[in-house]
Amino acid sequence: MKRFRRHGQESHRDRIKQELYGFNKTVEHGFPHQPSALVFSPSLQLLAIGTRSGAIKLYGAPGVEFMGLHDENAAVTQVHFLPQQVDLVTLLDDNSLHMWTLRAHQGVSELLEIGRFTLTGPPGAPPSVTRVTAVLTHSSGDLLFLGTEGGHVFVVEVPGFRELEESNISLENVTNSLPEDYGGRRSLEHVESLQENPVNPRQVLIGYGRGIMVIWDLERQSAIKHIPATQQLESVWWTEDGDHVLSSHSDGSYCRWMVAGEGTQSEQEKSEVPYGHFPCKAISKIIQLPTEQGPPFLFLSGGMPRASYGDRHCISVIHSKTHVALDFTSRIIDFFVIRDGPDYTGDPSALVVLVEEELVVIDLQTEGWPVIQTPYLVPLHCSAITCSHHVSAIPLKLWEKVLSAGALQNTHYSKKPWPITGGQNLSPDAPQRDLLLTGHEDGTVRFWDASGVCLYPMYKLSTAGVFLTDAEPNDNMNQCTEGEWPPFRKVGCFDPYSDDPRLGVQKIHLCKYSGYLTVAGTAGQILVLELNDEAAEQTVEATVADLLQGQEGFRWKGHTRLEVKEEPVMFPPGFQPFALVQCQPPAVVTALTLHSDWKLVTFGTSHGFGLYDYQQKSNVLVRCTLNPSDQLAMEGPLSRVKSIKKSLRQSFRRIRRSRVSLRKHHVNNAAKVQEANARLEAELAEMELAPVQRKIAARSSDDSFTGLVRMLYFADTFLSDSSHHTPSLWAGTNGGSVFAYQLRLPPVERRAEDPVTAHPAKEIQLMHRAPVVGIVVLDGLGSPLPEPLEVAHDLARSADMQGCHQLLVISEEQFKVFTLPKVSAKMKLKLTAIDGSRVRRVGVAWFGSSRSEDYGESGLTVLTNQGDLHVVSLPGVKLQVQYPCIRREDVSGIASCVFTKHGQGFYLISPSEFERFSLSARCVVEPRSLVEVPSQTPSTTLPRAQPDGPSVEHRYTPTSSARRVMEHALLNDESE
Amino acid sequence: MNKNHRVPSNRTLGAVEVKSKFGAEFRRFSLDRFKPGRFDEFYRLLQHMHRIPNVDLLVGYADVHGDLLPINNDDNYRKAISVADPVLRLFLQRKEEADYSAFGLDSLTRPKKTVLAAMLLRPDANRKKPPVIISLPRDFRPVSSIIDVDILPETHRRVRLYKHGQEKPLGFYIRDGSSVRVTPQGLEKVPGIFISRMVPGGLAEGTGLLAVNDEVLEVNGIEVQAKSLDQVTDMMIANSHNLIVTVKPANQRNNIVRSGGGGAASRSSGHSSDSGTSFYGYSSPGTAVATTPAHIIQNFHPEELESDEDDEDLVVEVDGEAVPIPRASSASCTIPFIPRYVPHLDLRTTNEALASRNNAGSLGTLSTADRSLEGRSLEEDGTVITL
Repeated sequence: MKRFRRHGQESHRDRIKQELYGFNKTVEHGFPHQPSALVFSPSLQLLAIGTRSGAIKLYGAPGVEFMGLHDENAAVTQVHFLPQQVDLVTLLDDNSLHMWTLRAHQGVSELLEIGRFTLTGPPGAPPSVTRVTAVLTHSSGDLLFLGTEGGHVFVVEVPGFRELEESNISLENVTNSLPEDYGGRRSLEHVESLQENPVNPRQVLIGYGRGIMVIWDLERQSAIKHIPATQQLESVWWTEDGDHVLSSHSDGSYCRWMVAGEGTQSEQEKSEVPYGHFPCKAISKIIQLPTEQGPPFLFLSGGMPRASYGDRHCISVIHSKTHVALDFTSRIIDFFVIRDGPDYTGDPSALVVLVEEELVVIDLQTEGWPVIQTPYLVPLHCSAITCSHHVSAIPLKLWEKVLSAGALQNTHYSKKPWPITGGQNLSPDAPQRDLLLTGHEDGTVRFWDASGVCLYPMYKLSTAGVFLTDAEPNDNMNQCTEGEWPPFRKVGCFDPYSDDPRLGVQKIHLCKYSGYLTVAGTAGQILVLELNDEAAEQTVEATVADLLQGQEGFRWKGHTRLEVKEEPVMFPPGFQPFALVQCQPPAVVTALTLHSDWKLVTFGTSHGFGLYDYQQKSNVLVRCTLNPSDQLAMEGPLSRVKSIKKSLRQSFRRIRRSRVSLRKHHVNNAAKVQEANARLEAELAEMELAPVQRKIAARSSDDSFTGLVRMLYFADTFLSDSSHHTPSLWAGTNGGSVFAYQLRLPPVERRAEDPVTAHPAKEIQLMHRAPVVGIVVLDGLGSPLPEPLEVAHDLARSADMQGCHQLLVISEEQFKVFTLPKVSAKMKLKLTAIDGSRVRRVGVAWFGSSRSEDYGESGLTVLTNQGDLHVVSLPGVKLQVQYPCIRREDVSGIASCVFTKHGQGFYLISPSEFERFSLSARCVVEPRSLVEVPSQTPSTTLPRAQPDGPSVEHRYTPTSSARRVMEHALLNDESE
Repeated sequence: MNKNHRVPSNRTLGAVEVKSKFGAEFRRFSLDRFKPGRFDEFYRLLQHMHRIPNVDLLVGYADVHGDLLPINNDDNYRKAISVADPVLRLFLQRKEEADYSAFGLDSLTRPKKTVLAAMLLRPDANRKKPPVIISLPRDFRPVSSIIDVDILPETHRRVRLYKHGQEKPLGFYIRDGSSVRVTPQGLEKVPGIFISRMVPGGLAEGTGLLAVNDEVLEVNGIEVQAKSLDQVTDMMIANSHNLIVTVKPANQRNNIVRSGGGGAASRSSGHSSDSGTSFYGYSSPGTAVATTPAHIIQNFHPEELESDEDDEDLVVEVDGEAVPIPRASSASCTIPFIPRYVPHLDLRTTNEALASRNNAGSLGTLSTADRSLEGRSLEEDGTVITL
């Protein structure tokens, strides 16, 4: 009987769950890790990047993004668009070719793999014969020329990948056509480059590694000309008029050859080593583009003098008398030039360079060639990300102030709109303004517009200015000394070197209503900042919080406190620090919370926690949580000595396990089962050889870092009796203790004079002693208490103070609900006991129903150490849904996860990329964009190998769509 | 702090304070801690003190865990004296009136509800009968037990380890390994979790029920198949206060052989995914009792699994100014924090003494001696001194 009833309830509940929850990984923000290939389609106005992990990413206008992943776990070495089509070909380093297309489906384009192909040589031929080294997509759009390591050129018809054996250009044919005297008939080596004549699609230039180049006529099936270069070939460029060929070589030289004439041998017009005299490195790529009036632009990558600047990553741009060597901070992957004009055949307008760690776009039409700020592919990791903080639904006022502060910082950027404009961004305008704040190792906090598909940089705050550090900010960026040769100019913002690791930002808390921000760092520093539109010169006074409170037997072996500048510091408009607390000992801050209504900041380290009144600039409370038997915490910063053995062991395990799981993926069909079993057996045998043991022992109070403060929380609740609610402070530690303090705030009119006081009220020791990772007070209706000032701004229902409040303590192992004011257990969910996973991250979120506008529920979003996401209901603490999200071996990914208030989240999939996911069925931010096939023009009239035919009808207004989103958001806000 | 001072002073004197209760009467006297004498002398002393020379007595004492344990020979008498800290509390009963169910683990603090439930649900005749010659199994603190023999295949063993706040570590290690399963497709090798090492002197070794190379199949009713070693480790640690592991012993020669009627499960030998081994398998005490052969010791109480006596959190009210929480209101709640007293044994004083001592130490600095008390329910409504 009972069973039937429950069944009915469950199915109803299941339906609600479907309306509330849904898991999607929606978009990747940031810069792809380890990019390996770049290409641009002028006709589509799309940029494609391949990565070492086999991903391929396409970007057009802001918001237009596509991503694909090859099944093979191999690096993408080349990407080529088929001219005038929405197809592209990728070459992986396992020598396989893949055809991708953008297929429109329900009004939205999707990137799909539609074919794959591996070149097969004649039987018995060595693999080098078919090892592809150069790819040319012919302007006819249906031929692919594949140059190989063996020196052959294979012709393949696309999109079907049909080999056209009769058209192949074998090495023998080419060698026979060469004059007898050429180089004693030495091997020509591999095909380095394939180029189509821009004015005659029947002619293809084949450049061989040894240096010689041959112009092949496709119709006559014979060589019509050869170019007798003698240096190792690096790249070839056929000028737009078809008269000249430029070749760059491994000795740092480039040559210009006249190919228009009749003879079978081309004349060398010019040979130059631009950074000559001493031996130079290779020029790996050369491009020359004409301008309507005046001399052409010449772009060279590399070629630096080997001894003095061999370690620089440079692209030289030479135009008339102007010569600049753009000096990048990481290795150059590839570059291309965007051209003006309706057919994209006009003057070069922008140089786009993909370096290993960022994408840099140089405006070539503005004096000084300034950098254009990228709307996507932002280098999140220009200094390593140390923490992140997400704030949903930013009020317009704060948003505008942050934007204007950011605009003042970006004056050195070009005013030109983003030059890549392909595709239509169809995603709806973001429903609200969201901010993602990232803290970095160099002490900066970066503000990102996380409202939509593009993570757009808004503002950068540096906290280093408050402190005395050895390295003063170096202003030599964009400076070039007169007469320096080569004429270097530093570009790009990737700078992973931190001057002082103590500056690293560890915790951030922003109150979106008041604009107060608190930032805490590695050396126990806590800054309180307020938003100011004007620049201000002020001294930041430091207050020391002695967290030891006279605890005996303590030795701090870690770093020293940061020294504060005593003289006034000039702070630019934006967030300006006005108060500073420094913990003693200066251990890393592990928990931080700000209450802007009460004007209090609370902070915790591994030694204790403190409460600071930032109005009166004084400490209210300092509490030591140290356990005298905890030797590790006593000695200094997280010592790794003890755990190195364990971590080594774990990393070996991880490698082994990832191997197992990788292989498991391949076992799909029955035919492979046997093979897989055999492999598994081998692995199991290996496991038995090296067994990994785990000790089963109950946690004790002597474990390390039991006093580390994990969680701090402010709540206005019934702490001591059920008739009066008072402000309270809650602190949770690594050892499973919760400390509650009752706060007494003076009345508003006396707030500046009378002291704030804190009285200890309660202590809870969780019996299972697992670290406390979350504390939430639920109001009389079971909803989490609103944020400070949220109610005052009419943005939340005020907390119910009639019913009984409840305290939810989330440890790594359990969710426990206690009654208040008398703390007694009411409900619990033992996560670890039932499935062995532990809570790593937890957030409170509101889930709106996707079906009915007015229904929604609060819930906890939980990420476990197994990389699984759960939603836990409130106040009933029941597991609702579970989705695997992150590989459990990806420890840094799990640690970096941050949840939003609306059931979304971000985590780092590499040091430079955030994956955005959504657990909410209603609230999904994902790219929706359409790319149309460019209107076809007869290929014979096309002037260039990659034809710049008239593009699709839709033209873009200069304002980027990211801006449009923002403007819409602003309008919406005003209408409220 | 004041209460803590008494402990060392008593120790230095070498005297053990004894508070003996018979019916409604109390007697107080002291014994020499180092020369406790023999049990029969002590027994006579008690009869003398209470002036009941011809009454057969059953002597019990409250140990540090709040359990009522018997004193009926020299060994447990000496043990009782040695653990008396600071007061040895004795409870005397007439043998003919004795309620044996009062003895044993957690007997003093277990909610009455469950005691009643146990009696109603498990009408075990043995329970009420006085012992014949030797002490009952329940006169001892269990350290482990084999449970659910009736529903498990013969090749499997479900072992419960009682941690009970003891200082003894659980004391074993687990590892990855491979195991052979019978499937419709034939034998298949699958990954498994095994016991890899026993710590000498640990709880696990002491039971003799677990051994190296035993395959771990379940932890507290949850199958470990498809779980990683780290997950299983975390599960075991999370359940360490009341750990129930189902193993397939490496040595299959010591299995319990059932005399028929053991159910179909017994014939699915070697097959690990037994359907009857779900978590809910425990909560059917009726069937468990019905099918249990008489010679198997059934000292597993199903209600213990659900009750959270070992999982209670320690709550300390540190606010001296706060309005004291009226005891009446707390008594009306159904929260397991409130100390519950078995009505016929008035141990209120004991519990309060324990509680206040515990509160005297701050949470962060509970000494190892005090830690054994944490499992008890504590509540303090007065001002307490914190460090």
